[in-house]
Amino acid sequence: MKVNIGKKILLANEEYALKNKQLLAEKKKLCLNMISSPGSGKTSILYRTICDLKDKIKIGVIEGDIQTDIDAERIRATKAPAIQVNTDGACHLSAAQVNKALENLPINELDLVFIENVGNLVCPSDFELGENAKVVVLSVAEGDDKPVKYPSIFAKSEVLLINKIDFLSAGAQVNFDIERVKIDARKLNKDIKIFPISATTGEGMTDWYDWLIESINNSQGN
Amino acid sequence: MHETMVAQSLLEMISAEAAKRNARPIGAKISCGMLNPVNDEILSFAFGAIAKSTVCEDLKLEIEHKPMNGQCKNCDSTFELELSHLVCPKCDGKDFELLPNEPLTLEEIEFQTE
Ligand SMILES: Nc1nc2c(ncn2[C@@H]2O[C@H](COP(=O)(O)OP(=O)(O)OP(=O)(O)O)[C@@H](O)[C@H]2O)c(=O)[nH]1
Ligand SMILES: [Mg+2]
Ligand SMILES: [Zn+2]
Ligand SMILES: [Zn+2]
Repeated sequence: MKVNIGKKILLANEEYALKNKQLLAEKKKLCLNMISSPGSGKTSILYRTICDLKDKIKIGVIEGDIQTDIDAERIRATKAPAIQVNTDGACHLSAAQVNKALENLPINELDLVFIENVGNLVCPSDFELGENAKVVVLSVAEGDDKPVKYPSIFAKSEVLLINKIDFLSAGAQVNFDIERVKIDARKLNKDIKIFPISATTGEGMTDWYDWLIESINNSQGN
Repeated sequence: MHETMVAQSLLEMISAEAAKRNARPIGAKISCGMLNPVNDEILSFAFGAIAKSTVCEDLKLEIEHKPMNGQCKNCDSTFELELSHLVCPKCDGKDFELLPNEPLTLEEIEFQTE
């Protein structure tokens, strides 16, 4: 006897994601889920963003890593609150983990919550955390074929940060065609915002900051 | 992907449905979209391993991979997207809307009939 079920398999995660979304909406906080492969520069981008915008907006961070609290410590050096979540081997953050971390952030004092997901270009894209948008980071050292090879995260993200562009202007031997990345990313996601940046030199960061501030204003209803 | 986690979640869902009906599940059909694919072999292997000596032991998993669909902005037709060739088959248009991805779903369970 065959019985129709029609239930989502990752339902438990989605229920938590919905809780997070409701909490964030109620408090009118913007929440961004940052995803990339290991070492693309997520923490460096957050560090620089927090420092450069510290007179304008208050940022809190949830740091997801398989192990260690190195990244949370790096963020705390800016004086911004950071909660480290260790996934103990899991390849992505779950909405339940984010739910608990949100309780430990001084959320009422913040304008923006960044979630730095576990370094992984594949798995985190399947797990909604309750964020308003995903931000994917691709560094030029990883190659310009990544949107084609890992379509899911590029299709689901609202923003693409192309990081480490200082390597290109420094004339290092990297074959990375920014135009190719833009074209490929937009094939699956025509509205994706693309900002080429360098977290090290600060090049290109202004457009990213403008987008952040505009998005915060939208979520606060101004 | 994290097939072991999916297997665990599936085992819990199927076991709960079986308990509700007081019946033995012998097969299950699941589906996934192109943006969240699962590997059939790894999932079946992981499921088989954790289902040992549970009500789901020897259950046969069938996994359907659903295509991703797009809707052409030029001629309005809906078509299956091929990642390596993203154009409308009717008009060769390249401007299309990505239709929602199919989430990982437990579609159907087959129970043993006494
Ligand atoms: N040249 C250059 N190096 C950068 C830039 N951004 C980050 N890096 C370097 O890249 C390395 C990795 O940066 P992280 O910020 O730790 O990267 P991450 O994505 O947070 O890494 P995980 O959390 O381990 O996944 C560090 O050595 C950074 O100094 C950049 O824009 N230019
Ligand atoms: Mg980091
Ligand atoms: Zn995984
Ligand atoms: Zn067409």
